Order: sequence, then structure tokens, then C-alpha cells
Amino acid sequence: MDGIKISIENLNLYFGKQHVLKNIDAQIPTNKITVIMGPSGCGKTTLMKSLNRLTDLNPEAHVSGTIRIDNEDILQTKDDITLIRKKMGLLAQRPYPLPMSIYNNIAYGLRISGRRKKKILDRRVEHYLRQVSLWDEVKDRLKEPAGRLSIGQQQRLCLARGLAVGPEIILADEPTSALDPISSQAIEAQFNILKKNYTIVLVTHILRQARRLADHVIFMYLGEVIEQGPATQVFENPQQEMTKSYLKGMFY
Amino acid sequence: MKLKLKNGEEGFFRVLMFFSTTIIVVALLMIIISILYKGLPVLSWAMISQVPAGGFYFGREGGILNAIVGSLYLAGGATLLATIIGLPLALYINVHLVCHRRLVNGIRFVLDLLWGIPSIVYGAFGFALMSYFGIRVSLLAGIITVTLFIVPIMVRAMDEALKVVPRGLLETSLSLGSTRAETAYRVFFRQCLPGLSTAVLLSFGRAIGDAASILFTAGFTDYIPTSLSQPTATLPLAIFFQLSSPIPQVQQRAYASAVVLVFIILVVSILARIMSNRYQKHKINF
Repeated sequence: MDGIKISIENLNLYFGKQHVLKNIDAQIPTNKITVIMGPSGCGKTTLMKSLNRLTDLNPEAHVSGTIRIDNEDILQTKDDITLIRKKMGLLAQRPYPLPMSIYNNIAYGLRISGRRKKKILDRRVEHYLRQVSLWDEVKDRLKEPAGRLSIGQQQRLCLARGLAVGPEIILADEPTSALDPISSQAIEAQFNILKKNYTIVLVTHILRQARRLADHVIFMYLGEVIEQGPATQVFENPQQEMTKSYLKGMFY
Repeated sequence: MKLKLKNGEEGFFRVLMFFSTTIIVVALLMIIISILYKGLPVLSWAMISQVPAGGFYFGREGGILNAIVGSLYLAGGATLLATIIGLPLALYINVHLVCHRRLVNGIRFVLDLLWGIPSIVYGAFGFALMSYFGIRVSLLAGIITVTLFIVPIMVRAMDEALKVVPRGLLETSLSLGSTRAETAYRVFFRQCLPGLSTAVLLSFGRAIGDAASILFTAGFTDYIPTSLSQPTATLPLAIFFQLSSPIPQVQQRAYASAVVLVFIILVVSILARIMSNRYQKHKINF
């Protein structure tokens, strides 16, 4: 299992009686960008949310199977769920800055993990803001509410906030769908840099984005994994008819 | 032809809305003007700075300071107690139970029922509690009864502010590794601070204005209470007793007391507005 960060076996998920994820088997390689693609409503986002167990929020959700992260089954683990979630930074469809200052948005995650010394916080905040190339834009207004940033800046702030918790995995759920083209490019560029140190799982329905970024592809349709493999193989030489027609843009 | 009909409809509803608005505004103005007209001439410094002297209820010297201070104690205490109970409940419904829709709807239904119960029933219930526990008519008994009465109001008002927080913010906070409690008190609380502070002050307004719930529980006295176990006077009851008097001077003082009560509520409402604007700063507009 060398080079595999997340290994999903026989995952089934129901919302009430609705069978949302069907017998999912998938591997997500370490320090690469894995794109989960497929038409809307195929279960991409649900699959991603089951990785950090946000699906627990829904009392009707019923999960079976295994999701191994570094060989630990996170569905069975006795570890505190917040520890599992800290391993993964989440980037949502639109930015959700916390209702506090720019500085505190980054410091929040550090503080709840018990790091409270101002000197350390200052250094960390600057580090992570630089990492998403936001520092120069906000260094004079760190005390301002995060809500005053532009949407594109907010999304980069959310990325920095996620990184500050020290995750190994970044989960991104259509992270550019609310952004303008330039901000989207900035996020995509970040991903290409970040993949050296992080395992990135990206959900997208934008085919061109998938082609630009993917190292590894999981193609889903109606709750099933239809095809998966290295990006070059899936894009250049798809094995399944369904994948071929999706790539040709025959359905969304 | 069709256009004419449409214009007619538009005109009809415009007139209707205009009249509805006018009725409300005129009613409010009439209440305020009539209270001011009858109350202002009798309102004096002595009236708001002294407790009733001997013969006050026959039109002699003294004031209603006992009722003013008593009302502030009572409403302040009840609001504090209600916030201690209500805030965690409102956050719990919206953070911990957010996905248990049936349970939350059940709780909301119960709160709405409690909201709808007339305050005199709370008064009777408070009185029954008092005789069960052997507490006498007192400030404490009044505070407890008024707390019961305003908790549903406060929780539902807070709930309205909290329930519009988008799910994404909850997921974001949890995925940063916060517990639900941290999410509630560090994220939801801040995001909704304007709405929450309005809810607290709204409840204070209800608490200070209610007469029926304290009729049997807080009692009435000419003195300012010095401990929780003493009975206390309140403005609504002061108005009630003075207005029931056959003596015209005393009746007029009822209106002066009403002016004081309305003034306090006005100040609280303005404070609510100011606070809600001030705490707006960090709120994210989703």
C-alpha cells in the first residue's frame, strides 16, 4: 500500500432509504491531486464528506465499509473525531470565513489546538498567509473583519486557515465555483504547489479544471465509481463507455 | 382591458396597505400622546426620586421610585436568569440538534405554545410553586416567574437569528477540528451576536412591562427591596393600583408612571438598536 494515503473499500452510504454511495472502492495516492469528477448528484461531495465524517451530521446517514487513512479505519476508530478532522483541511464551494478578524480566522484553529502564545501565533499567521500569497494584500489590515475581503481573497484565507491546523490532506469541494477566473487561477496554482506536501482531493464538475490539475482521477456516476486511475490513462485512454461519453461532453 | 384590471388591483392593494400602515402609526401615536398629555403635567422630580410617603395614595407627597427600582431589579434579574437558561438552549437547538429536524420542530412547537400562554397563567403557576416550596411573595419569586414567562420569548428570538446560519459555516468549523461546543460559543455566538443581543433586550422589554405574572408573586410595597426575599413594587402594578383609585390626582399619577415605563422601554429599544449595529462588525453576510 505504498504511496496510498486513503484507501476506501466497499463503502456504502444510505440517507434513510436512499442508497447514495454504492460499493465504493477507491485509492487516493499520497501527495498527488486526486480529482473526483462526475455529473451533479452522483455522490462526489458525499464521498468527500464521508472522508472527514461530516456525514455524521445527518442522523439518517448510515455508513458501512472501511475508509483507511494511513492504515487506520476512520469509520471504526476510537480516536476523537476532531483529531481525524484536523488531519484534513476542507475548502467548500464558497468561502466560509469565520465571523472574526482576518488574523483570528487563521489563529482560531491554532488556539483550539492549545497554541496561545502571541509570538507563535503571529509567526504562524504570517507563514500561512504567505503560503497562499495573501500576506501582501492583507498585512496592514489583519484586524479587519474577514467578511470585508473579496470572495477570492476569502477563499484563499479559508485555504490558509485550513493549512494552519496542520493537515495532511486537503479536501476541496468545487472550490472555485463561486470565484472569478483570476481567483480561480490563484487557487489552482496553489494546489499545484501544495501537492508537494499534501494529499489533495478535489471534487469538480469542470472537466477542463480536472484535466489541468489531476494526477489521479476517480469518475463517478449515480453513486458508483465507474473508472479510476492515473489521469493520463483515464483522459487519454478511458476503458469504460460511460467515461468516454462523459469526457466527450455528452452528459453532465 | 386586462391592463386596466391589473392597474385597478395594484391601486386597491396600495390603498389597503396605506390604510393598514396609517392605523398602526396613528394607534401608536395616540397611545403615546394620550399618556404624555395626561402624565407629563404630574410628572415631577419628586415623583421619580422618592418612595411613597404616608398618604401618597390619597394624593399627598411621595413618588414611585419604589416601583421604578423594583421593576428594574425584577426585569434585570429575570433577563439575566433567562439568558443563562435561554442562550445555551438556543445554541444547542441550532448547533447540536441541527440535523434532528423532528426533535427541533418539536422543541420549537413547545416554545411557541409556552409563548402563547397568557402571563396570568404563569402568575398562577408561580404562585402554586411558591406555596409548594413555602416561599413568600418576594422579589425572588417574581424573578423566577417572569423568567419562566420570558424564556420562550428569548429562545425563539435567538433561534430566529441562529437558524439562518448556513450549514457550511458549521461544517467549516467542525472540519477545523472544533467541537460542537466550540462551534456554538466561538462561531455561532459571534456570527449572531446582533440578533442575540436584540433577543435579550426584547425579553427585558417584555419582562418590565408585564403585570399579570407578578401580581401574586412579587407583591407590592412602598419600600425599595433590599434583599431577594422582600416583596417589591413594580411599575405595571403601580399603574394598576393608582388607576383603580377614586381620587383624580392619584389617577393622574398612573399616567405619569406610564410615561416612566414607556420611557424605559424606549431607552432599551434604542440600546438594542445601537448594540445590534455595533456587534454587526464581524458578522459575515452569506
